Amino acid sequence: MGLEERLPNGILLASLEKLVNWGRKNSLWPATFGLACCAIEMMTTGAPRYDIARFGMERFAATPRQADLMIVAGRVTNKMAPVLRQIYDQMAEPKWVLAMGVCASSGGMFNNYAVVQGVDHVVPVDIYLPGCPPRPEMLLDAILKLHAKIQDEPINAKRAALKLERGDRTPMIPSSVKYAKK
Amino acid sequence: MGIFDPIKGFGVTFSTMFKKVVTEEYPEAGAPAAPRYHGRHQLNRHPDGLEKCVGCELCAWACPADAIFVEGADNTEEARYSPGERYGADYQINYLRCIGCGLCIEACPTRSLTMINEYELANDNRQDLIWTKEDLLAPLLRGMEQPPHPMRLGDTEQDYYVDAPRLARKWGYPDPVKGEAK
Repeated sequence: MGLEERLPNGILLASLEKLVNWGRKNSLWPATFGLACCAIEMMTTGAPRYDIARFGMERFAATPRQADLMIVAGRVTNKMAPVLRQIYDQMAEPKWVLAMGVCASSGGMFNNYAVVQGVDHVVPVDIYLPGCPPRPEMLLDAILKLHAKIQDEPINAKRAALKLERGDRTPMIPSSVKYAKK
Repeated sequence: MGIFDPIKGFGVTFSTMFKKVVTEEYPEAGAPAAPRYHGRHQLNRHPDGLEKCVGCELCAWACPADAIFVEGADNTEEARYSPGERYGADYQINYLRCIGCGLCIEACPTRSLTMINEYELANDNRQDLIWTKEDLLAPLLRGMEQPPHPMRLGDTEQDYYVDAPRLARKWGYPDPVKGEAK
């Protein structure tokens, strides 16, 4: 892809990986993709009471090119699916997708001909958030779990292969446990 | 539009500095919820540790999103999991479909299925969001014993359903609500 593919794998690259991932996870700008009632909870998460800006997500970008994380909030209809895919394709790499709510995750209670049964039929999903709709704390929890995943991401193909070989998976610890006050 | 209006506007900003911050300290201060919040499910136990679920599938029938799968089986004298004839051998809740409406709780005839306040369920794959019986069963409290084991409170299931609190006190099981046994 870029320069990082040519670098030798070793201590330097491992530290660089940590630094890059730290940067990426702490300024993860979301692209709004509010489709239904989950969007109301997503807006609440952005408002002062839950204040998503505490986690480096200053604003919800309405332009996909300035966004890193697509929060698919709500049910995706078959008619909306190509639009969703286009928004995803327009986002710059690296990019992540959060399926917010049961409808985006699996179709939820809308098991019918009009609704896509899970947004992972259309785009690769990094984290699934159940709930109908999930409360703002649940969205923050999902975002923090995604942060943990981003921190563990390999920086180039070689390190990705090594990680696959080791079979490492980021543990999904509930945020209230992980970030509890000591 | 007077001359002092811009200053008045800053007055709002200035006075906000002396107001209490409204932001919820979510991950640091735990995950609070109202006592009757519809969080994740739990399969409860009788005071001696036998499961309350009788495998009747009423929860699965009540579920509007088809999120619950139950398979009942017969209790035998050698392996008894619940008082009475039947028990839930296989119990699965698909949290990618569950909308947390609580109709399953209303349908449950033995108060086996209830909801607790935990809600941090986000995960990065669909498989781990299908919770099975081991994940859903309530933890063994003091005095409880891992099934299968014979009925400890009485000879028939009627003893459990009609008279369980009195019998539990009689045999010295700790009260799950009040704590210690006398």
